[in-house]
Amino acid sequence: MLEIDNLTHVYGPGSPNEHHAIDGLKLSVAAGELLCVVGPSGCGKSTLLRSIAGLIKPTGGEIRVDGKLVRQTPDNLAVVFQDYSRSLFPWMSVADNVALPLRRRGMDKRQRREAAQEALESVGLAEAGRKYPFQLSGGMQQRVAIARALAYRPSLMLMDEPFGSVDAQTREDLEDLVLKVRGHHRMTIVLITHDIDESVYVGDRVVVLSKAPAHVVGDLKVDLPAPRDQITTREHPDFVRLRGEVGRLVRGVDAPAATA
Amino acid sequence: MIRMLFRRLWLIPVVLAGWEWLARAWANPFLPPPTRIASWMREQWFSGPLLLTEQAVDNFVPSLVRVVGSWSAAVVIGITLGVAIGRIGRLADYVDPLVEFGRAVPPPAMLPVFLVLFTMGTQVQVATIVFGIIWPILLNSIDGARGVDSMQIETATVFGVPAHLRLFRIILPAASPKIFAGLRLSVSLALILMVISELKGSTDGIGYLLSVASNNADMPGIWAGVVVLGVLGFALNSLFLMIERRMLGWHRGARRTA
Repeated sequence: MLEIDNLTHVYGPGSPNEHHAIDGLKLSVAAGELLCVVGPSGCGKSTLLRSIAGLIKPTGGEIRVDGKLVRQTPDNLAVVFQDYSRSLFPWMSVADNVALPLRRRGMDKRQRREAAQEALESVGLAEAGRKYPFQLSGGMQQRVAIARALAYRPSLMLMDEPFGSVDAQTREDLEDLVLKVRGHHRMTIVLITHDIDESVYVGDRVVVLSKAPAHVVGDLKVDLPAPRDQITTREHPDFVRLRGEVGRLVRGVDAPAATA
Repeated sequence: MIRMLFRRLWLIPVVLAGWEWLARAWANPFLPPPTRIASWMREQWFSGPLLLTEQAVDNFVPSLVRVVGSWSAAVVIGITLGVAIGRIGRLADYVDPLVEFGRAVPPPAMLPVFLVLFTMGTQVQVATIVFGIIWPILLNSIDGARGVDSMQIETATVFGVPAHLRLFRIILPAASPKIFAGLRLSVSLALILMVISELKGSTDGIGYLLSVASNNADMPGIWAGVVVLGVLGFALNSLFLMIERRMLGWHRGARRTA
């Protein structure tokens, strides 16, 4: 589904501020997989996501989605950004926000409206269509962003720290929402986060990146019983073991002195 | 409702009554009492077959056409150019010095130039008004289009929003709070320039009536022109604010909660 081979990205090559964000990153994601990418802050996670989405052109390496080289945004790809207040359009109603990308899908006005309403229902916002984003709480706005991505029916959904700007309770609700919707829509999800517990709780697989320039330092399969539950899953011995492993991998690279 | 209207408007009759009293006590021909001005207006302008007299129609209509027509033209040209300059970085590099120069020229200074260029007629007034009011619209449109949040553009890119929708549903609305700030300035400026351009080299219009009354030392006539201009300005501005409130409702809402 998604193949990343030897991806390298350097910001401002040759300039005094040259910054190596990613170096020789290799990663492959199977169709239908929910992959969490964790790494220390500023390690190039967002650069990775923006490269997959075709928003920046990496300086080296190849990214393939469904076997096709990414040059611009693949049309079966949707993104949920961290900052919903900037990625939702404040001058459009919630329903219009969700429906806008659907023009590309060749739907007429009625079909777009129905698809938007259906997507809003699936994230628990059936009544919010006529409201404006500013009339909703932060968690609800992020649900709208998720609904927009779902209505688009992508085969690959990228999520860039999607729950980074909401409170803990809302965060848990949104984590469960992602687990729920992926059951209904068959799609591949790549979720980027800096929260170790979240990556283990949500993911089928967790990939740990080193600090910049990022490369893969750990790749763990998460075999926790489904359905996952905020209380029991987090008590599960495998959960405790995995979060420890991921935590060590994230930190181990952060503080090399500890391994010496 | 009535109470509120009363609270907002009670000062107007008080001022008028004071003026009336002062004008009668002073008896200076340069300060006619409001009743004099009102009866002059009724006689000259509002006693026609369909309310308006021929003189009123022949002069109010051209003024209105000039101010509304020129404003519309300036809005279309200003926003189109402004958004293009704001979104195309290279274009801005070339055009910026020209814009900075153009906006620094006081608009009435161009009136003699346009009089020579276009001889007499409506085109002179239109050119003066458009040249004078386009700068705030242009500058604010450039600023607004340039300042569109990159995240909004990226979102549009990711979801494959086609170019025309990107312009009309994303860039223009995103820039609209800035654009409206420019439009608000241009409304009052348009009226000022309309009067100035009609004072000289025009054969009709409210400004023309003012200059005739002034040449004849017809004080009630001058004051009547001032009153009509005041009412016209108030009406245009109210209409504009009404449209602005409708179009920017989301902006006020979003700012309140942000």
